[in-house]
Amino acid sequence: MKVYEIKEILGAEVICGEDLMDREVFAACGSDMMSDVLAYVKEQAVLLSGLVNPQVVRTAEMMDMHCIVFVRGKQPDQNIIDLAKDRDIVLMTTKQPMFTACGMLYEKGLRGGAMI
Amino acid sequence: MNNFKLHFTVPGDDFTRAGEASGSVKKTLKDLGFNPEIIRKVVIALYEAEINLVIHAGGGEIDVEISPESISMVLTDQGPGIPDVALAMKEGYSTAPDNVRSLGFGAGMGLPNIKKYTDEMKIDSTVGVGTTMYLKVITS
Repeated sequence: MKVYEIKEILGAEVICGEDLMDREVFAACGSDMMSDVLAYVKEQAVLLSGLVNPQVVRTAEMMDMHCIVFVRGKQPDQNIIDLAKDRDIVLMTTKQPMFTACGMLYEKGLRGGAMI
Repeated sequence: MNNFKLHFTVPGDDFTRAGEASGSVKKTLKDLGFNPEIIRKVVIALYEAEINLVIHAGGGEIDVEISPESISMVLTDQGPGIPDVALAMKEGYSTAPDNVRSLGFGAGMGLPNIKKYTDEMKIDSTVGVGTTMYLKVITS
């Protein structure tokens, strides 16, 4: 699924990375626990999170994730945005809660990683 | 390729900067042309270990030695030490305070993750003195 499709499906607002919307993601991971993301994500995935701090961007950086969607309308501060811009990571925010946002992407064919 | 050495000092009082060293190592490995899977293993393990330095030890030092055959990492701190290393290695065991959990870490996954992504892992720890962690990822 392309990053711009994620934006459309979730009715999300793009915070940074407008020029990177054509990139592909192969899976999705919804988590507020960055250690779980580090432990279990394998494919090039989009990260959905209700957690808003620089470590969300750092985690995505380490995992080669191209896109982070903040759920429940959460807005990152400028430091987080600058970090994401520097790492070429798209940031979006959607008013949808986590479960609904994940469900909407799943319904359109995006899947999570392999079972443990 | 000659062996490559990197050194980082990790500040203990600034959670927002945790991950800078790991990000820098990632960039270096990428520039040196390492396989993406190897880079992934190294940076995930190193990032978890770097977070641990900030959360538990009040910061520390990281030394990385890169050779064509392996990437070795040594993390040293003068933190409180780990009283029971075997217990700390158990998935889900954590001594992190609640404020750390609210930051997305402290679920007791750090050390198990480090073990999972490295080929060699050794911890020397003395309570009240500090901890040294030796990590190695073999490239071939």
